[in-house]
Amino acid sequence: MSEIAATDALPKPKRDIAPLLLPVVLAIVMIPLVGSASSWVTLTVASLAMGMMIFIMASGLTLVFGLMDVLNFGHGAFIAVGAYVATLVLLPLASWAQADSLLANLAVLVPAALLSMGVTGALGLVVERVLVLPVYGQHLKQILMTTGGLIVAEQTLYALFGPQIIPMPLPTALRGSFILGDIVISKYRLLAMLLGFAIFVAIELVLNRTKIGLLIRAGVENREMVEALGYRIRRLFLGVFMTGSALAGLGGVMWGLYREQVHASIGDELTVLVFIVVIIGGLGSITGCFIGAILVAMVANYGGFLVPKLALVSNILLMVAVLMWRPRGLYAVTSR
Amino acid sequence: MMILSGDPPRSRALSILLVVIILALLATPFIFPGAKALNVAAKICIFAALVASYDLLLGYTGSVSFAHTMFYGIGSYAIAIALYGLGPNWTSVAVAVAAGLPLALLLALAIGLFSLRVEAIFFAMITLAVASAFLVLASQLSWLTGGEDGRSFQLPELLRPGTVFVGKEWFGFPVNGRILTYYLVLTACAAMILALLRVVNSPFGRVLQAIRENRFRAEALGYRTVFHLTYANCIAAAVAACAGMLNALWLRYAGPDTSLAFSIMLDILLMVVIGGMGTIYGAIIGAAIFILAQNYLQALMGIASTAATDAGLPLLPGLLHPDRWLLWLGLLFIASVYFFPTGVVGRLRNRPPAAR
Repeated sequence: MSEIAATDALPKPKRDIAPLLLPVVLAIVMIPLVGSASSWVTLTVASLAMGMMIFIMASGLTLVFGLMDVLNFGHGAFIAVGAYVATLVLLPLASWAQADSLLANLAVLVPAALLSMGVTGALGLVVERVLVLPVYGQHLKQILMTTGGLIVAEQTLYALFGPQIIPMPLPTALRGSFILGDIVISKYRLLAMLLGFAIFVAIELVLNRTKIGLLIRAGVENREMVEALGYRIRRLFLGVFMTGSALAGLGGVMWGLYREQVHASIGDELTVLVFIVVIIGGLGSITGCFIGAILVAMVANYGGFLVPKLALVSNILLMVAVLMWRPRGLYAVTSR
Repeated sequence: MMILSGDPPRSRALSILLVVIILALLATPFIFPGAKALNVAAKICIFAALVASYDLLLGYTGSVSFAHTMFYGIGSYAIAIALYGLGPNWTSVAVAVAAGLPLALLLALAIGLFSLRVEAIFFAMITLAVASAFLVLASQLSWLTGGEDGRSFQLPELLRPGTVFVGKEWFGFPVNGRILTYYLVLTACAAMILALLRVVNSPFGRVLQAIRENRFRAEALGYRTVFHLTYANCIAAAVAACAGMLNALWLRYAGPDTSLAFSIMLDILLMVVIGGMGTIYGAIIGAAIFILAQNYLQALMGIASTAATDAGLPLLPGLLHPDRWLLWLGLLFIASVYFFPTGVVGRLRNRPPAAR
């Protein structure tokens, strides 16, 4: 035993990089299986883009759970609401969106995304106050309340927008692909990938480099201690909940554009995917959520290409495999 | 008392309500004419049993499962596939039971062992994921399940509407195979509900409640909680599969929309919470209220919606449209979780003694 002098820096926490390598290894293993280099690149880009979109939607959920032990079964509603709100801007201004100028396209797209985030963020405030706060600390009631919220939100969307599928065409500047030799990369996927990665970096920076991030991380690890130090963790939690809702809304807009259509059922559909990602990543871990999202998307894309029938249950198989390896998800941050 | 396993309704209002519902169900074929009334009554029976089995999980063990429709669907599809593939006779029904029940039990066992070790929240998420995968599987394997269209099939001779038992109409009502099927459904569902009542009032049921109240203490007292929870999960799955079989027999059809859809899962949740969790009787009340609302509230909403349109009100016609009835039940659901978590049954039971 060597003694640690008071002046020494604290020993660095060990970095756990095995999960980080997992998607990389998976991608490399797939090269010989997929066969041609061009389809491999296309598939990899597709999975990264899809993964980033799922990550954007799931990040809020995992933080909310980690920080406050609240699992929002209505998270999918924010995704659907986000997508619908974007159509409010995109459809009336369709002529701008379809104009052949990047500037005009962005002038529609950016306000649409910001409006969606604003509305879903505000909705997050309402949901937190009305549905989550009264049953705080009771898991069973939380699940029931937020599921009820999901039903009401979905039905309200049907009532306001009608039950039909709303088309949501991509703006002109984002259509088409870059072609390098025989490799085809769709522009929108590239954008989704970059935006998702930027958001991941931003969240990581906020969590690791700011006072608020420090408090959030401390709260995830031990809520009572943060409260005992005199911080109002409820307010912090509300902020995280609203940010998470806004991100889910942004994810909904991106998913709607990706599919080029919107329907209230995307809430249900994506809730399942988002839950799987959050479980795989470890409840409360942003890095785990990031890797989990990429893994889920990779399995879906490669699996769909290699064994289409398997793709139906690939997510479940992935979840079982990961939980066999690490029963609490890739990164277990909470002590719960 | 014996038949209720020493757990009577314990409230005069509740007893009267239950008696009225049961008498109405018993007499439906001879009081309310028409196919619709009979369909509604059969659906109430089937859902009462299904919801009661879900109550065993939600109300007595406190674990939220989203995979209950999966077991319901396994039952439905077992009947449908067997009768479709092997022809309409009783052997096929026996084959369906012999194949469907063990399959449901095995799946319940696997899910239970895999996810009941951890928190309720994990169980809820994993069941949701598994159930959605199963739904996709059932709608994609069209050579077996008929895909999105599902499977229609013929019933055994005895249960067909064409089979007439009494030559003449009896008090103006036909006595045929359809009526016999209805009473088969009613009897089987009543038997399942009574069996569940027996289960929850047994020492085993008490342990489940102990686990619900405080899992750690139950474990400290020496009960193997994972074993008990998994066992409860299996019982609930078996009953759900039986309810699914009855559903398929009644509809002569099994498809994703009638037996597997996520919306059915939400319906079950609504029924159990509105009726009252952890009471079993709540299942009967909840199913009756919900299905009556589903079938008759819509007509009322249609009238209100047209009235609102005529009055030129904005937004209201959309919100009152008959297809949006689930919106109002969703609001009722949230309100009942919040204001009276014990549901209708709990409300009726907990009234002050003077008012009884």
